[in-house]
Amino acid sequence: MTLFYALIALGSLALVFGLILGFAAIRFRVESNPIVDQIDTILPQTQCGQCGYPGCRPYAEAIANGDEINKCPPGGEATVKKLADLMGVEAKPLAGGEQADPIKTVAYIREDECIGCTKCIQACPVDAIVGATRQMHTVLIDECTGCDLCVEPCPVDCIDMLPIKETKQTWKWQLNAIPVTQVD
Amino acid sequence: METLIEQIKQGKVWPFPGGIHPPGQKHVSTTQSIQRLPLPQKLVVSLKQHIGANGKLIVEKGQQVLKGQALTKPSGNWSVPVHAPTSGIICEISPMPSAHPSALPELSVVIEPDGLDNWCELKPISDAAALSHDELVDIIHQSGIAGMGGAGFPTYVKADSRKDIDFLIVNAVECEPYITADDMLMREHADGIVAGIELMQQLLSPKLTIIGIEDNKPEAIAAMKKAAQHNHNIIVQTVPTVYPSGGEKQLIKILTGKEVPNGSIPADIGMLVQNVGTLFAINQAVFEGKPLIERVVTVTGNTIHKPGNVWALLGTEIKHLLDCQGFSPVPQQRVVMGGPMMGFTLPTVRIGIVKATNCILAPDHQELAEPGDEKACIRCSACADACPASLLPQQLQWFAKSKEYDKLNEHNLFDCIECGACAYVCPSEIPLVQYYRVAKAEIKEQQAEQIKAERAKERFEARKERLEREQEERQNRHKRKPAAKSDGEKQKVADALARVKSKSDAKESKSAVAAAIARAKAKKQSPDAELEPDNSEVAKERAARKEQARKYKEQKALEQGEENRDKDDKKSAVAAAIARAKAKKAAQAAEDHVEAADAAPKDDKKAAVAAAIARAKAKKAAQAAENKGDAEEDSAPVDDKKAAVAAAIARAKAKKAAQAAENQDDAEEDSAPVDDKKAAVAAAIARAKAKKAAQAAENQDDAEEDSAPVDDKKAAVAAAIARAKAKKAPKEQAQSDDSHVEVDSKPQPDTNESSEDKKKAATEQTQSDISANSVDTEIKPADSDVEQVSNAPESKEDKKKAAVARAIARAKAKKLQQEGNDKS
Repeated sequence: MTLFYALIALGSLALVFGLILGFAAIRFRVESNPIVDQIDTILPQTQCGQCGYPGCRPYAEAIANGDEINKCPPGGEATVKKLADLMGVEAKPLAGGEQADPIKTVAYIREDECIGCTKCIQACPVDAIVGATRQMHTVLIDECTGCDLCVEPCPVDCIDMLPIKETKQTWKWQLNAIPVTQVD
Repeated sequence: METLIEQIKQGKVWPFPGGIHPPGQKHVSTTQSIQRLPLPQKLVVSLKQHIGANGKLIVEKGQQVLKGQALTKPSGNWSVPVHAPTSGIICEISPMPSAHPSALPELSVVIEPDGLDNWCELKPISDAAALSHDELVDIIHQSGIAGMGGAGFPTYVKADSRKDIDFLIVNAVECEPYITADDMLMREHADGIVAGIELMQQLLSPKLTIIGIEDNKPEAIAAMKKAAQHNHNIIVQTVPTVYPSGGEKQLIKILTGKEVPNGSIPADIGMLVQNVGTLFAINQAVFEGKPLIERVVTVTGNTIHKPGNVWALLGTEIKHLLDCQGFSPVPQQRVVMGGPMMGFTLPTVRIGIVKATNCILAPDHQELAEPGDEKACIRCSACADACPASLLPQQLQWFAKSKEYDKLNEHNLFDCIECGACAYVCPSEIPLVQYYRVAKAEIKEQQAEQIKAERAKERFEARKERLEREQEERQNRHKRKPAAKSDGEKQKVADALARVKSKSDAKESKSAVAAAIARAKAKKQSPDAELEPDNSEVAKERAARKEQARKYKEQKALEQGEENRDKDDKKSAVAAAIARAKAKKAAQAAEDHVEAADAAPKDDKKAAVAAAIARAKAKKAAQAAENKGDAEEDSAPVDDKKAAVAAAIARAKAKKAAQAAENQDDAEEDSAPVDDKKAAVAAAIARAKAKKAAQAAENQDDAEEDSAPVDDKKAAVAAAIARAKAKKAPKEQAQSDDSHVEVDSKPQPDTNESSEDKKKAATEQTQSDISANSVDTEIKPADSDVEQVSNAPESKEDKKKAAVARAIARAKAKKLQQEGNDKS
């Protein structure tokens, strides 16, 4: 008989705690950022399509579905590392064998050669090129992501990808560099 | 318990953790008063001498400027103007090396002083109390005053603080070794500084103003106390000499015991710190109207003969400062802008001084040794003890080396003021501050990139949305389109089109039939008329125009033919006798054509006219005319074309025949003694030729009927060949007059039609002089006809082809001729 009492008591306790836990699980649920969003924030958002997907978000979705994390050349090694941390996988070198630390570039239109065909405008994923039909086009440097999607469609090859000029704001101390002094 | 203000008034100070005591070396540069320098050769005024945006340039190259004249106009956030430090001419506006460790070029105005030092019009204000807050802030802004302690923060932003300020703290600590610029300024211009403080008090109305001065500057303390006597709200507080007590946050801690929280600014806790130099500049700007164009700079170091403080115009090249104070450089000389702790070595001395330059240090190798090799960290924790911000420098160092930026943030890297105390005390000579600077720059860059990525994403998504919307709109438009136009409208459009068409038809003197057809077509189109009728209309008009052009050409050709006939008339009498055979043949050919056309009566009419002439020719011509008539009546383009072709052929034949006859006639006249046999031969030849020509013409006819360019090409080729033959014939004739047989037996390399033709031509040549001549003249007209045929509207390309073919033919002819030469 005592066995029954014990079972009933424990069973009812288990039921009560189970209910409490179940309620808490619903009521105090922590809204976590979906993994795709997290991956998307890590990706550099150049929208260049070099990963084989039409933009960063589709690649983020692909990674969430188990694609490789090393397909983003503009992000470089830093992005791969962050993705590896997030996904809990081993960081790998970039798939295409690109530089670990890519040089940032922006598109530059040689304006006297531009014929105003608007092809680059249509190609730009971030609307960073302004111009109109038969009018000279130009690139908004601050908005350009350096995806070089505009280079290929240009019929007169007047678009160059130039490395971003160093300014005092972007300049960094070179720790192990030989100091350069101007002799005068 | 005493209030904070009472405690401060009693002289209490709150020491900050850490700090170091490097040798001061300040006595070196305090022995003489602040000197004035001779005007330099040129002044390089950088447009950006402060934190914030550049001003907008308002001067241009070659312009004469007066001392104190604004060179830029403030625009946008945190931009302050720069002014001409002396009168002179702007000789250049271009990027010049800037006062930065990288010396990256910065847009600068280069002024060549005229030596007159003429001031622009100044507006000194005697009664500052009468000025409103905004007016005062505006004066400070327009005078281009930016923090002169080192950071270069725009002063007007601080002066216009929206937060309540409890304590105005005047930074007169000047804790870094060697530098005495503020010290000397206080000794000589204490009154001016206090006047500046009072202006700030007017702006901010703080509860208390504290002037913090290190106890190693007794003269300055005395001077400031004396100057500030009259104002009980100003306290001169002596603070112990510890480096870096001159740091903003450290000074606040020392003077008030409060700490500025991580990530906020002093104004958040009711504090505002101003440098004495800045306050003096405010005083100058308000009471003398002078903008900030000069500052006190300490020029010191063991390689300077007369170390001391100088009033240096902004933009004075450092080289000028050094030279004026007597500079004897040592090998591998370093020139440091700022003090030995926080300053940076300049890559070049051709840099203009800026608003934040307080010291130029030119040390020899004993006083400021080159840093030795970095050794391993021994975890002595001396750096942690020295850190005024209570950070863990060695920990930060490792994280910085391994680029663990998240951990650096966790360890509050951005609270580091880069004072260099940790590196100073490090026994392993690790350049700790450099590591932090790199790491900070790296983190800032990453943050900037993150922001940029965020924006790129936004723009990408906005674009995607826009494209989708546009596509949807386009689809909707397409769907709506058919419904948009009512049937009545459509009918109207169709009617209008029909009207236009009929009008144009009338203009082109087209028959009523054409109009009827057009109307019928218009009617047919009307039920399902969309935007297309427009195009078809245009196309039809164009076709009609083309047709007309073709007809015109034909008519012209016909006229020509008639002319020829007239000519022939004259010669016909002679020709008739000779060319009967030819005529017969031609007639045969013509009959073929006549079969196609059944309007015989007309033929007769023309035949009557041409009766005297060679009958064949007349018939042919008549046929051509008749064909044309048919074509006109039908007004069908295909028939027209055929007619044209037929006409052309007929013409060609007629011409050929006539000319051949003529030639032969001539030839016979010329060579009267030549007997009838020859004439007979010539006739035979003529016949052969005529046949050939007819064949060629027929080919052309077919080609035209198909209206395929390939046939045109063939025609062109044929023409070319004909011409080549013509050319070849007389030449070879001249050479091989005697060796007919040899020429005849010439091997024929080609296997196509042309070779056949050539063979024929060759055989012809063998006949006689006369015949040769006739070949020449006979083929030419055919030539021209072919050209006429190929003159059809779209014959440009064909002409080109024909030209090519001609060239080829010419080449072949030459070759043949050569061969002929060899043979003969």
